[in-house]
Amino acid sequence: MMHCYLYLSIILFCLGIVGVIARRNVFTVFMSVELMLNAANLAFITFSRVHESMDGHVLAMMVMAVAAAEAALALAVVILLHKHKSKLDTNVFSLLKG
Amino acid sequence: MEQSVNYLGLIPLFPLLGAVLIGLLHVFTCNRTKLPEKVYGILACVGPVLSFVMALKVFVALKGLPPESRFLVHKAFTWFSVGDLHINMGFLADPLSCLMLLFVTFIGSLIHIYSIGYMGGDKNYGKFFAYMNLFLGSMLVLVLGDGPVVMFVGWEGVGLCSYLLISFYSEDRSNVLAGNKAFIVNRVGDLGFVLGMSFLFWAIGAQGFDYLSLKAHVNDPAMTQGVLLTVCLLLFVGATGKSAQIPLYVWLPDAMAGPTPVSALIHAATMVTAGVYMVARFSFLYAEVALAGSIVAWVGILTALLAAIFGMFQEDIKKVLAYSTVSQLGYMFAGVGVAAYSAGIFHVFTHAFFKALLFLGAGSVIYALHHEQNIWKMGGLKNKMPKTYVTMVIGALALAGCPPFSGFFSKDEILYSALATGHFGIWAVGVLVAGMTAYYTFRMIFVVFHGEPRDHHAYEHAQESPAVMTVPLIILAVGALFAGLLNLPAIFGGDQIVSHWLAPSVTEHHPHAGVFIEILAIGASVVAFAIGIKIAYAKFGKGAPEPSFTGFADFAYHKFYVDELYDKVIVQPYKAIGSSIWKVIEPNVTDAPVKGVARLYMVLGTAFKVFQVGYVRVYALYMVLGLSLMSLLLSQSLN
Repeated sequence: MMHCYLYLSIILFCLGIVGVIARRNVFTVFMSVELMLNAANLAFITFSRVHESMDGHVLAMMVMAVAAAEAALALAVVILLHKHKSKLDTNVFSLLKG
Repeated sequence: MEQSVNYLGLIPLFPLLGAVLIGLLHVFTCNRTKLPEKVYGILACVGPVLSFVMALKVFVALKGLPPESRFLVHKAFTWFSVGDLHINMGFLADPLSCLMLLFVTFIGSLIHIYSIGYMGGDKNYGKFFAYMNLFLGSMLVLVLGDGPVVMFVGWEGVGLCSYLLISFYSEDRSNVLAGNKAFIVNRVGDLGFVLGMSFLFWAIGAQGFDYLSLKAHVNDPAMTQGVLLTVCLLLFVGATGKSAQIPLYVWLPDAMAGPTPVSALIHAATMVTAGVYMVARFSFLYAEVALAGSIVAWVGILTALLAAIFGMFQEDIKKVLAYSTVSQLGYMFAGVGVAAYSAGIFHVFTHAFFKALLFLGAGSVIYALHHEQNIWKMGGLKNKMPKTYVTMVIGALALAGCPPFSGFFSKDEILYSALATGHFGIWAVGVLVAGMTAYYTFRMIFVVFHGEPRDHHAYEHAQESPAVMTVPLIILAVGALFAGLLNLPAIFGGDQIVSHWLAPSVTEHHPHAGVFIEILAIGASVVAFAIGIKIAYAKFGKGAPEPSFTGFADFAYHKFYVDELYDKVIVQPYKAIGSSIWKVIEPNVTDAPVKGVARLYMVLGTAFKVFQVGYVRVYALYMVLGLSLMSLLLSQSLN
C-alpha cells in the first residue's frame, strides 16, 4: 500500500525534473520546482507513517514554509527579469553579464 | 666607558624630518597655488642648523670626557635580529665622527642658506630642498652610524640623493644621463663595500658588528693577513666609487650637471668625503696590513696626478673645480694610505671649507652671467663682483696650498707624513701635483676675473649676487683662511689640536723624522706652489685668448678618452650581453615553459568550453545527472 505513495512521489519528482529541464518559460520552470518540493514532501510523510514517527511531518511543514518564502522571492525575481528583457524565456538569460 | 645619550639620534633626524615635511608640502601644493619660496627656504634651513647646534652639544660633551673614553653611544632601536646577528640602529659619536659632524652640518647649513638665493624662481624649489635635506640626513647617518651596516644605510642614501640632485634639471637628457652615470658607477663601488662588509662579518662579526666590537676583535685568529687584505681592498673599492678615485672617478665631473649648490654639497660636505671617512673609520683594519695602505696611497696619489692633468685643460668653471676635488681626494687617500689618518681627515676638513667656498663662488659667477659656465666667455669680472672675487681668491689660495691658508697646512701634513714614512714616490708626485694645482686654480681665477671681458653683453649685465649668497661666501672664506691653524704643526709653534683630538678614534703612529725632513717637505710645497702660480700668471694673468688644443693638451682635454674606453670595454659588451640574453635566452629558455603551461590550459579550456552553454536548464540537467550518478554510486557502496 505504501509503495503507491512512493511511486506517486517518484512520478511527481520526475515530472518536475522534466519540467525544469525541458521547458523554457520561467513560470513553468518555477512551477516544476514547486512540484519537486511537493513530491519530496509526499515521500517524507509516507516514510513518517511507515516508521511511525513525527519527524517527517515536521520536515514537511518546514519545506512548505520555505517553499512559501521562496515563492515570494522567486516571483519578485521573475518580475525583474521581465522588466529587464520583456521576455520570460530562460534561453534569453544566458549571459552572466546583464 | 661608553656613555649613552639620546640626543645623538636627533642629529640625523632633523634633516630627515625636514625632507619629509618639505617633500609632502611640495607634493600637495605643486599642482595648485604654490607656497611662497620663503616657507621652503626657512623650513629647509631649520633642520641643518638644529643639527649643527646638536653637533656642538656633542662636541662639548665629548670635550668634557677624558680623551681615552670619548665615546657617546645611542641605540635607537634594534633594526633586525637573525640568529646571532643583532643589528641596532645605533649611533656612535667619537672624536672622528664629531669632527665630521661639525663641518658637515656647518657647511651643509651654509649651503642651504646660499641655495635660498641661488635656486630662487625655480619651479621645483620645494623638491630641491627636500632632496637637499635628505642628502644631509643620509650623510649624518653615514657619519654617526655605530657599525658598518648603519653606515651602509647612509652610504646608499647619499648615493640615491646624488642621483636625484645631479639629474635635478631633468628636462635635459644629458643631465639625466649624468645622474644615471653617478648612480651606476657608485653601485660598482657599493658592491665592493657589501662584499668587504660580508667578509668582515664572516671573519669576526659574530661577536658584535659595530666598530667598537670589531676593533676589539681585530686580532682574532680568524683575521689572517689574507682576510684583512681582502676586507681592506674590498672596502677601498667602495671608497673609490663614493670618493671618485681611479678607476671609478668618472662620475664626479659629470655630476656638475646638477645645480651648483648641489655640487658644493657633494664636494664639500656630503658624499665624496664618505670614502676617506670610511677608511679612517676602519683604520684599525688598515693599520694591520701595510700593503693595503700602500695600495690606497698609490691609487690616491695617481688619481691626484691624473685629475690635475685633466683640470689644467678644462673650459667649464665647474669642471675645473670638479677635477680639483678628485685631485684633492687623491691627496686625502694618500694621507690615510700612509697611515696618517688625522692628516687625511684634516684635509677633508679644510677642503670642505675652501671647496664649498669655490663652488659657491663659481655659482655666484654663473648666477650673475645667467648660467654661463665656460670660462672663455668670462673675464674681467673682478670689478663687477668684488666680494665674490676676493672670497674666491682666498679659496683658490687655500686650494693651491699657499701658506698660511688652510689648504697649505693640511696638504703639507699629508706630504710630510708620506716623506717621513719613507714613501718618496708618493711625496714626489704629491709635490708635482701641488704645483699643477696652483697652476690650474689660478688659470681659472685669472681667466674669469682678470683681463678684458670676452663677452661684453654678459659682462654688462653681470652684478654682485644678493647678500643671502655672499654672506655664506664670506663665512666660508674666513673658514678657508683660518681652519688650517687648528692643526698647526710644532714647527710653527702650534700643537696639532686636530691630530690630538682624533687620536683616540684612529689607529696611527706619528712619525718623527726630524726638522730637516719637515722643512724639506714645507719648502718643496711652497716652491711648487710658487712655480705653478707664476706659470699661470705668465700665461693668463693679463688676459689670454681661448687656446686651441693640440697634441697632448687635446688628449688631456678629452680626459685621455677614459670615458670612451670604459664605454667600449665595459658598457658596450655589457649591453651586448644584455641584449643577447634578452633576445635569445629569454624567449627560448625562461619564457618557453611558462608559455607552454599557459598554452596547455588554453587547450584544456577550449575542450571544456563546449559544456558551458549558458542555459539554466542545461545546468539543471548536469545537476540531475550528477546527483543520479552520486546516488547510484552510494547505493552500490551500501550494498
